[in-house]
This record gives sequence, structure tokens and C-alpha cells, in this order.
Amino acid sequence: MKLKELESCLQCVEVFKSPKVKLEQYPTSPHIASRMLHTIDTRYKDLDGCMVADLGCGCGVLAVGASLLGASMCFGIDIDKDALDISYQNSCEYELKNLELIQMDVTKLPDAQWNQLFDTVIMNPPFGTKRNRGIDMLFLKTGLNMATRAVYSLHKTATREHIRKKTKEWGVNMEVISELRFDLPSSYKFHRQQSVDIEVDFIRFSFPSSHLPIKCTEKNYLLLKK
Amino acid sequence: MKLITHNMLTSKSLKGVNVGFPLKICATEVKEVAVDFNPEFVTRMIPKLDWDALCQAAESLGCLNDLPRSVNPNHENDEEFLKKAHHVLLEVEVIEGELVCPETGRKFPVNEGIPNMLLNEDEV
Ligand SMILES: C[S@@+](CC[C@H](N)C(=O)[O-])C[C@H]1O[C@@H](n2cnc3c(N)ncnc32)[C@H](O)[C@@H]1O
Repeated sequence: MKLKELESCLQCVEVFKSPKVKLEQYPTSPHIASRMLHTIDTRYKDLDGCMVADLGCGCGVLAVGASLLGASMCFGIDIDKDALDISYQNSCEYELKNLELIQMDVTKLPDAQWNQLFDTVIMNPPFGTKRNRGIDMLFLKTGLNMATRAVYSLHKTATREHIRKKTKEWGVNMEVISELRFDLPSSYKFHRQQSVDIEVDFIRFSFPSSHLPIKCTEKNYLLLKK
Repeated sequence: MKLITHNMLTSKSLKGVNVGFPLKICATEVKEVAVDFNPEFVTRMIPKLDWDALCQAAESLGCLNDLPRSVNPNHENDEEFLKKAHHVLLEVEVIEGELVCPETGRKFPVNEGIPNMLLNEDEV
């Protein structure tokens, strides 16, 4: 599928009706989602015929796109039923037969569950700006345990060096594919403007051939409770 | 919820649960869909799954048919077998029903094909 065709398909994906700020619910735009997925497919061949998971799938733009690009199975996982209902409608709308949805808290996956069950994990995780600091790294680590080929994720450019340090510790390769600008509704930042641009990295994480799953017990994250 | 998905779910996070697998299926609505057959994908998935749990799940939904109870060691060349596995894994969907923890009886609802695996704070 050509990039233009994918982008116009994804323009019809329904998005959050009443986004929940504390879950950091904002969709990846069709423009960005189509470019991410097209790169994953054509440059790295990590979608066609693959077992794919989308962590924090929201309304499913990445999961739907991955299915359209030939993923054998795609699993969209989100904590929020309202978001999943919209994903479900989208999946029906596109008549996708290989998109499964699960309501689950990604940060509470039992240790070792789904270790290396998937080929590819894609995500636009919560950035951890809503009293949930560290959730982005927890999503990343969970994804890295699940995947055998690669994890594709979006992270604030400001955290790049931190992520580089962590991935080095974990023995995982990291490649910044591109730098994006995200136009977030102002509710996601403590700003007065209508919306605010933030710099985001689109990153591919992959494994050296000797890779073993990362121990989940090493809980080096901080989840601040309300 | 396809049976491949059922094979991935546990209630292990519940307090006091050891294995939490396989979850019992109580279905009130089951549907069959046609999915493109990809022998390479099915072959790759089989070693990652719990075959007994898959057979049990299929049997409880009455769709085991003549799927063998054990995996033929030479299955990648056995197209008939792979087609049966494909059908059970990917073409049978639980639309409405419940998944039940084998140890505690805790129920996880399935609505519109989406299993809800969330736990309350006091359950973990
Ligand atoms: C930035 S949005 C991205 C949505 C979608 N992936 C997209 O690209 O359009 C983050 C998503 O993560 C979900 N989420 C937040 N915390 C979660 C958790 N603990 N477990 C699972 N999903 C979570 C939110 O409901 C939201 O849909």
C-alpha cells in the first residue's frame, strides 16, 4: 500500500470523543501514523506477516494501520473501555479480521507474561506528564519483553539521553528514526495557549542476537500516585 | 476474542492465584469469521501456544472437530493440520460471555469481543 493511500485510509479512523486527560488520550495524527507505519513496513519489514501488539492503542489508528499493512495478527491493548469501543467500531468499519482488543493495564502485566510472544510492538505511550511519571519507560520495557524483532515508540526528545542510557543498560539497540512535532491540546501541558508543540522522537528499538528478556523485577521506575 | 487471545490471558495477577490458566470460557455468543490462511504464521505460533489449553477451549465451545490433541512434530509440512489449527486459533470468536479464573472463580466479562482483564486495587 502506498503512503498516500494509507494516510487517506487512516484519516477516516474515528478518534476520542471525550479524551481523558489523566490517561493522556490524544491520537497519533493520520499524517504521523501513516509515515511511522510506512517506514516500519518498507524500511524494516516488521509488519507483513507479523504478530504485532499496540500498547495503549486508544482508538486504534496504529493497530488499524498495521492490520492494513498486512500484520497477520494485531493486538490492541488499552486500559480504557471508551477508547476500545471506538477501536472496535474502527475495526468493524475497515472489516478487519485480525485485530484483537484487550482491556488491560499495560503497567500491570504479570512478570514474564507474553515474553517474546510478539514479533513487533508499536506504541504511542503516555509520556508520563499527568502524575504518572515513568509510565513511558514502563511501557517501553514491557514492549521490549514482548517483542522478538523490534519495538517502535514515540518519546519526548527531552528524554532521549535517559532512554539511551537505559537501553544501553538493558543491552538493547536504539535508533532515532525521525524527530517529530506533536501538537498537543493545552490540557496536556501547564500552558495557557490553545495548543502546544512538543518535540517527539520516533524510535526503533531492536535486539542484538544474544538478547535475553529483560528482568521485570528490576523496577527502576517511579509511578506517583494521586 | 479469538482463541489465540484466550490462550494469552491469565488471572495470575489476582491475589493468591498461582497459575490462573487456562481461564474457563462461558460464552453466550460465538461467531465464526473467515480469515486468510497463512501457514507460515500458524506454524510459527504453534510452539508459542499452550496446545492443551487451546484444545480445551475449542472443545468447550464445541468447535474442536477433529483437531488432534497433540501437535504433530512434523506439523509445518502438514497443511491439513495447519488449516484446522488456523480455524480454531483465528476463526472462532467469543463475542459475549465471561472468562472464569480456574482458582478463584473471579469472572472477567467479554463484551463485543473485548475481554476486560482489569483488576480492582484490592484484588492484587
Ligand atoms: C497518547 S495516547 C495514544 C493512543 C493511540 N495509540 C494513538 O496512537 O492514537 C495513550 C493511550 O494509552 C492509554 N493508557 C494510558 N495508561 C494506560 C495503562 N496503564 N494501560 C493501558 N493503556 C493505557 C490511554 O487510554 C491512551 O489511549
